[in-house]
Amino acid sequence: MAEVIIKTFNLNVYFGKQHILKNINLEIYKNEILGIIGPANSGKTTFLKALNRLNYLFKDYYQEGEIFFAEKNIKYISDNLLRKKIGIIFALPQVLPITIYENIAYGPKMHGIKNKDTLDSIVEKALRKAYLWEEVKDRLNTLATKLSGGQQQRLCIARTLAVEPEVILYDEPCSGLDPISTQKIEEAMHELKNNYTQILVTNNTKQAARATERCAFMLMGELVEIDRTAIIFTSPKDKRTDEYVRGVFG
Amino acid sequence: MCIRKLKESVIEFFIKISGFIIILFVFLIFLFLLKDTVLLFKDFTFKEFIFGKRWLPISEPPHFGIIPLLLGSLYVTFFATIICVPVGIASALFIAEIAPKFLRNILKSFIEILASIPSVVLGFIGIVWLGPFLKDTLKLNTGMCGLTGSFLLAFMSLPTIISISEDAIISVPKSFKEAAFGLGATRWQTLWRVVLPSASSGIIAAIMLGIDRVIGETMVVMMVTGNAPLVPKSILQPLRTLTATIAGEMGEAISGSEHYFALFAVGLILFIITFIINFLSVLLLNRSKK
Repeated sequence: MAEVIIKTFNLNVYFGKQHILKNINLEIYKNEILGIIGPANSGKTTFLKALNRLNYLFKDYYQEGEIFFAEKNIKYISDNLLRKKIGIIFALPQVLPITIYENIAYGPKMHGIKNKDTLDSIVEKALRKAYLWEEVKDRLNTLATKLSGGQQQRLCIARTLAVEPEVILYDEPCSGLDPISTQKIEEAMHELKNNYTQILVTNNTKQAARATERCAFMLMGELVEIDRTAIIFTSPKDKRTDEYVRGVFG
Repeated sequence: MCIRKLKESVIEFFIKISGFIIILFVFLIFLFLLKDTVLLFKDFTFKEFIFGKRWLPISEPPHFGIIPLLLGSLYVTFFATIICVPVGIASALFIAEIAPKFLRNILKSFIEILASIPSVVLGFIGIVWLGPFLKDTLKLNTGMCGLTGSFLLAFMSLPTIISISEDAIISVPKSFKEAAFGLGATRWQTLWRVVLPSASSGIIAAIMLGIDRVIGETMVVMMVTGNAPLVPKSILQPLRTLTATIAGEMGEAISGSEHYFALFAVGLILFIITFIINFLSVLLLNRSKK
């Protein structure tokens, strides 16, 4: 059995009175690509943001149950360290209105790296890993907001990689992108597989089938089923999963 | 159908006219000031006016050098800005990002009240309390000096600076903050490195508008700065600003005299300064919207 990196135990999540996630028990293995699929409003994004405590930016949020990262309860890990270790890519690329270089150097700088040469090499490495280096190496000092949507999203991946996370969360990373850009991001994910654990939330079942190894199906805040992607898409145990992946509803 | 069309065009016409009237007013005011200013230079040189170090309107011969007044205004404005900018931005940050909701509402309504205090009342406070207080603590000859004015003006421009910077800070997209937090930034790092730079154009515009307010303010400076039209050596001396000069002397100047025209010239200079500052702030505001 592979090593477990993230584990949730009876995770319940609320926004005000709304019960968003119901009793989620889930194990995520090291260096796997886990897909989370399900119709809108089933709590996929909330689940992701619970993992690095970004949900706490909302005032009426609270959660019950425990989340363990590398066998440590995340309650006892500081927000900054946790979010450094568990990076996130949002649905809309969130580049900051500064240069490409600064966008990527921003994270490492914040965590205390000041040496120019070190920063340079971090930036280059991160951009290479995100398959963006060739496209932007001549214009690192132009505004990042001038890049195309797909490039911006890969820039966000590079930016996350630059702080050396162990886990990368993707929140519908390709929902606003064309097929070619989507393909490039999937390629990048595939390359990253050896060194990072990746969790991909997606509305696109085909993408989940293509890009993931295991897949979880969520519905109305419940974890319906989790299994190897091949099984989920061919012979799922639960009827609802079957209907969803065949496109009967959702 | 035809009547409807007519109605449309009449409304459109009125809206257009209203828009143009504003431009016309500004232009007319400028012309009005310029017309009388020009008359000053019939027998008084432009150089003496701009570079003259003495403002002695009723001596014989009179001197109309604007330097002491200009410096008076600049000193007071400069120190007021130094005081109000950090305080203003800090409170804007506090209100927009840190304060809980109920405190935020309370603070915002108090800032509105602050904005509505008549300047004469502040002048009173300056004369009765702040002036003597500064005199005693700094061991000055008189409390009626530039610094007293600067403090009160800073106080007056705070509401402008706070409310406009707060708008700028609030309109920083939430996604920027999320992105920063997602990379492991602390709250302070996010505020300092992401929120403030993103809001910077708006904040600069807020500062400009605050400075506008300070330069144009008359009553307070007239009451508390000592009204001595001398070249000020430091902010701790009595001095006199452009605005206070016009307000104070217009009543005595004989209509059509050199003195009278000189005051118009001072007004024109003031107009030009505020115009430039306003123009810059509009430029910056537009940049921040892009």
